[in-house]
Amino acid sequence: MTDTVTTRSVPEGALPEPTLPRGPRRPHKLRAYPVFRVVVLTLTVLLFIAPLVWMVIASLKTNVDIYDPDKTFFFTPTLQNYANVLGRNNYFVFIFNSFWVALWSTVFSLILGVPAAYAMSRFTMHRSAMVVLMARIIPGVSLLVPWYFIFANLRLVGGFGVLILSHMFVALPLIVYLMMSFFDSLPTELEDAAQVDGLTPIGAFLRITLPLSVPGLATAGILSFIFSWNNFMFALVLSGANTKTLPVAIFNFVSYASIDWGSLMSAAVIVTVPIMVIALFTQKYVVSGLTAGATKG
Amino acid sequence: MAVMVDTKVTAWKAYSTWANRHRKWLFAAPAMIFVGLLIAVPLAWTVYLSLTDAQGSVRAESKFVGVANYLKVFGDTERFWPAVLRTFTFTGGAVAAEMVLGMGIALLLWRPFKGEKWVRVAILMPLVATPVAVGMMWRLIFDPNIGFANQFLSWFGIPPQPWLSGQTTALPTLIFVDVWQWTPMIVLILLAGLTSLSEEPDEAARIDGASSWQRFRFVTLPLLRSTVIVAIVLRGIDALKTFDILYATKGKGGGSFHEVETLNVYAFGLSFDYNDYGIASTVLILFFLLIIAIMWMVTYRRKAER
Repeated sequence: MTDTVTTRSVPEGALPEPTLPRGPRRPHKLRAYPVFRVVVLTLTVLLFIAPLVWMVIASLKTNVDIYDPDKTFFFTPTLQNYANVLGRNNYFVFIFNSFWVALWSTVFSLILGVPAAYAMSRFTMHRSAMVVLMARIIPGVSLLVPWYFIFANLRLVGGFGVLILSHMFVALPLIVYLMMSFFDSLPTELEDAAQVDGLTPIGAFLRITLPLSVPGLATAGILSFIFSWNNFMFALVLSGANTKTLPVAIFNFVSYASIDWGSLMSAAVIVTVPIMVIALFTQKYVVSGLTAGATKG
Repeated sequence: MAVMVDTKVTAWKAYSTWANRHRKWLFAAPAMIFVGLLIAVPLAWTVYLSLTDAQGSVRAESKFVGVANYLKVFGDTERFWPAVLRTFTFTGGAVAAEMVLGMGIALLLWRPFKGEKWVRVAILMPLVATPVAVGMMWRLIFDPNIGFANQFLSWFGIPPQPWLSGQTTALPTLIFVDVWQWTPMIVLILLAGLTSLSEEPDEAARIDGASSWQRFRFVTLPLLRSTVIVAIVLRGIDALKTFDILYATKGKGGGSFHEVETLNVYAFGLSFDYNDYGIASTVLILFFLLIIAIMWMVTYRRKAER
């Protein structure tokens, strides 16, 4: 390519000197690169997806087939494990518990966190923001002990309220963090214009800023829901027999001497698949939330 | 009548004016009070507990013992110091591997290509999967007898490995699991950073005849510096506090030889398996200070270099 450009004869004064062909689509001179790239990326995708596929396959096998190396890939699929988990082990209750706790901890965290993030962004309350963001750094166990003391004394351990409160501890800082960077990026002109037109500052926030913040709210809400759904440690200590969430229910599966692998894998599929489906449809928001603040420095 | 309506309106107006004038604190206070009550009070309590011999039942009497717990923990070469070492090994190993792999994958994904969307979806899946389920999944795959990992090795004539059940192999295996789950996070962060870079410096270097490696090492990497640090800090904090996959695969005490017992697992065990609240609080305070110190070092270096 380079040769053709430099040896081509250009008539004097006709066109401007042709520049080197470049652009994002051919960044390398090596021909081998595109092939290398496809091969490596395919392997990467396989490595990330294969274990999950394996989990689904195992959940469709009988325990006899799981122990049989000849039936690694060829077996008769069965839904017995799912029937077992959902029926005998009553997983519908745990699914509801997980959903309920994730839903309300997200809603309450949004109610508390969004105005706070707004104030911290507009009034640049850096020190207050630091206090809230400290929650991201503190190890959860160090709060669990006192919480357990307090809530056990109030005889609240085992109820939904305690679980929702504890999950809010994860969700609230996350929401404040995400919404702060969202409000930072939102221009203030519209709010100012609304105030000139007669809205109060709070009115401008409620009627102008909030409707404009729907993408940010979606990001914060979805991520907070996912984090709560996946949370294990708080529920492990604070949930009771009736409020057990899915991760705790799955953990309790293995407290016996021999593991019922088929049922365990179908339980694992039941907890991971809903969240993957949500992530699949809200990919844009999930990614923007996970990478928020990464490029600001 | 008219006068009454008028006072009502004025009262509402006065209230509204007050609310608008103080909206800064009106908005921020609820969240800050919540965080304060749920974090500051418990944290203060943890500091107090670390100075007492609280143990057993939550309602049991305890007495003030000063810094005795701290001296005991500092002299504990059987559980505490090995746990510190394991925490550093796990975090260092996992974050280093994730950064290298994540950078590689992010660079491969940098320029647009057909099918890019599918790759992005695929790498998002481990990231959102429930860690406990992920732990169980790998527990089956790494099972020494029936797991796919050893079956895979046998195709190449490699003898079976103990993986999670081996005393020395358990921690590296769990680092691998962490790398599997969290490398995508690094990819996404670095990719966001790469996409925000302007193309000119890279172009200039290419025209000057720099090789791919030189362009990465001397142009892209320095420009990406702050993103790389953010990625290390975010992942580092979470890796230090890893609990779910360790507890789900090895259970209480990090296995029968405490082979994967990090500080977080140790503190959790002391608190809820042994109800040794005094010592547990001491370990937690030290763990917390350790995290703060590491974060302070990273951000301080960053400021100093500016």
